[in-house]
Amino acid sequence: MLANAPRLRLVGRRLVQFVPVIVLATFVVFGLLKLVPGDLAATLAGEYATEERIAQIRQDYGLNDPFLVQYGRWLWNAVQLDLSRSFQSNEPVLDQILHRFPTTMLLVAGALLISLAVGVPLGILAATNAGSRLDVAVTSLSSFGVALPNFWLAMILVATFSLSWGWFPATGAVRFSADPQGAIWHAVLPSIALAAGGIAEVVRQLRSALIEILSSQYVRTLYAKGLSPSAILWKHGLKNVAVTLLTVIGLLASRLLGGAVVIEAVFAIPGMGSMVVRAAIVKDFPVVQGVVFTMVILVIAINLVIDLLYTIVDPRVALK
Amino acid sequence: MSDAPLLDVRGLGISFLIGGGSVHATQDVSFAVQPGERVGIVGESGCGKTITGLSLLGLLPAATTRVVGQAMFEGENLVGLPLSRMRHVRGRKISMIFQEPMSALDPVFTIGQQIGETIRTHFKVDKKQARERAIEALASVGIPSPARVHDSYPHQLSGGMRQRAMIAIALVCEPRLLIADEPTTALDVTIQAQIIDLLLDLSARQGTALLFITHDLGVIAETCTRMITMYAGQVVEDAPVDSALVRPRHPYTSGLLRSLPRLSARGAMLPSIAGRVPTLRDMPTGCRFAERCAHRQEACAAPQAIEQEGAHQVRCWRQGELVLPGALTDREAAA
Repeated sequence: MLANAPRLRLVGRRLVQFVPVIVLATFVVFGLLKLVPGDLAATLAGEYATEERIAQIRQDYGLNDPFLVQYGRWLWNAVQLDLSRSFQSNEPVLDQILHRFPTTMLLVAGALLISLAVGVPLGILAATNAGSRLDVAVTSLSSFGVALPNFWLAMILVATFSLSWGWFPATGAVRFSADPQGAIWHAVLPSIALAAGGIAEVVRQLRSALIEILSSQYVRTLYAKGLSPSAILWKHGLKNVAVTLLTVIGLLASRLLGGAVVIEAVFAIPGMGSMVVRAAIVKDFPVVQGVVFTMVILVIAINLVIDLLYTIVDPRVALK
Repeated sequence: MSDAPLLDVRGLGISFLIGGGSVHATQDVSFAVQPGERVGIVGESGCGKTITGLSLLGLLPAATTRVVGQAMFEGENLVGLPLSRMRHVRGRKISMIFQEPMSALDPVFTIGQQIGETIRTHFKVDKKQARERAIEALASVGIPSPARVHDSYPHQLSGGMRQRAMIAIALVCEPRLLIADEPTTALDVTIQAQIIDLLLDLSARQGTALLFITHDLGVIAETCTRMITMYAGQVVEDAPVDSALVRPRHPYTSGLLRSLPRLSARGAMLPSIAGRVPTLRDMPTGCRFAERCAHRQEACAAPQAIEQEGAHQVRCWRQGELVLPGALTDREAAA
C-alpha cells in the first residue's frame, strides 16, 4: 500500500523541495556564526599565542577565504557526510553526533509518546464533554501546561522525585545500547518535563478539531442513519481527527527537538542538545554547524513521514 | 384519505435555550403524512421548516433545544423517544437527506463504506452481502458504474452524483418516510430535475412517503400532493397542492406564489412581499404575518387558531372573505 508509484513520486518531489531548505538553514547558521564577535583564530590559538601562530591557524582552517568559499567547502563536505572535525577535541563531528544521537532521540521519543498517551485521551474526553466542568478543568490545565516553562518544571520534578523521594536519577543518562532499562529510567523525568507543553498542545488541538467534527453536517448524517454515538466517535470521529493529529505530531516533534537542548542542559544529559550548547559557548563552530545540519535533516525526515501518512489517512490529499 | 396516518404531528413546538431564557422557534405545528404521500413544507428561511424536520428524528442538539408536543409514528411518539429506540427509527423507518451532499457525507470514508454501515446497523448481514446491497442501491439511484462509485470517496464525485449517493444511503433500508431538506438547492438546474424525478420514482416504487422541505415552490408544485406553508414558526396553510397553487387561502401563500419568477414576464416587475419575518424575540401575539399583510384589519392583532375551510386548513382571521390570487398564469404574465 505504501510503495505505489504515486507515493514514490511524492517522496521524490518532496526530497527535491528539501534541498533549498537544507541549504538555506545551514547558510543562515553559518552566517550567524561568522557574526559572533572575536577572532576565531585567536581563540583557537589559545592565550599567549604569537602573531605567526594565529596567522598559521587562519591559514590551516581556511579562515582567510571569502565567506562563500568557506560555506561552499563545508556544504560540499557535508553532502559527502564529512562534517569536519571539532576545533576542541579534533574528533570527527559526525562521530560525536552519532554517539549522542540515540540519547536525544530516546528523550524526544519518550516526550512525544507521553504527549500523545496523555493528551489524546484528555482531548477526546474534553471534546465529548464540551462545556462541562470536566472540559473546563482539562482546558484550563492545558493552558497552564502551555505557559509552564519546561526548565522550571524540570527542576521541580528533580527536586521532588529524585532529591526528596529518590525514585528517579536526578541527572545524566545511560546509553540505550548498553542498558536499555537504565536508559529509559534516566529518561523518565526529562521526558515528562519536555512533554508538559506537548500534552497541552495535543489536548487543545485535538479538542477543538474533534468538537468541530462532532458538530459537522456529516456527523448529523451519521446520526440520521441510526449509528450509535460510540461508532460515530470511535470510527468516524477518530479517522477524521487523525489529520489534525498528524499535523500536531509533526509540529511537536520539531518543537521537542528544540526543547531537548534546554532539558539536556538542566539534567546534564550528554545528548546533542548539551553538545551544541557547549560548542556554541567555546566557538566550536563545526560542531554547532553539524548539529544544526542533523536537526534540519531530522525535521525534514519527520515532515516527509507525516506527508506520507496524510496520504493514507486523508483520501483528499491528492497523489498526482 | 386513509384513516391511519403514517406520521401524525400534533402541537409540535421547538424552543431554543439562549442565555438562561428561551425563545420559541416553532409553535403549535400540526400536520399529518399518509403512507406513500408526498407532502411539501414551504416557507422563507428561518420559518422553522428545517428544525421541524430535524426534530422528528431527534437530531436537534439536546443541550440547547426543547421540543414539546407529539409526533406519532407507527404507534410511537418520536418526541422524547429514548435514543435506544430512536436509533431503530433513524435510517430504517425514517431517513433524511440534506441540502449540501458534500458536507453531509463523511470525507474520509468511501461511499460504499457509508452505505454499508447503514445496512449493517439495521440488518444482520456480512460485509460481502452489505457490499452487494450497497452496489444495488447505487445502481437503483441511477449511478452509471455503481461498483466504481462504491469504492470512491465523496470528493471524487460530482454534486449530482453525491446527492444520488446520499439518496442511496437514505433509501437502502427502504424506510417508510423520507425527509428531504432542500435536496436540490445546492445543485445545478438540470441536475435538480433529475434528482426530483429520481425521488418521485423511488418513493413510488418503494411506497416511501416524502416530506419535502424547501423554499422552492416550483419543486413542491412538481413533486407534492399536499403543501404546508409555514410562516414564522407556525403552519399558516395546509392544502392540496393543485388547489393551493390556483387559489391559496392565506395571504402569505398567495404572496409566495405571486413572487415566483416567470420566463415570459421578462421586463415586468416581479411582485415581492414587503417587510421581513419578525424575529424570534419579538413575535407578535396575534397574526404573525399581519405586519406584512395587505389585507390586515384590527382583528388580526388577536391570536388565531388554524381552521378548516374546504380542503384547506388556514390560519387567518379573514378566511372565507378574501379571494386571493394564485401563481401567475401565463396570460397574466404576458399582460
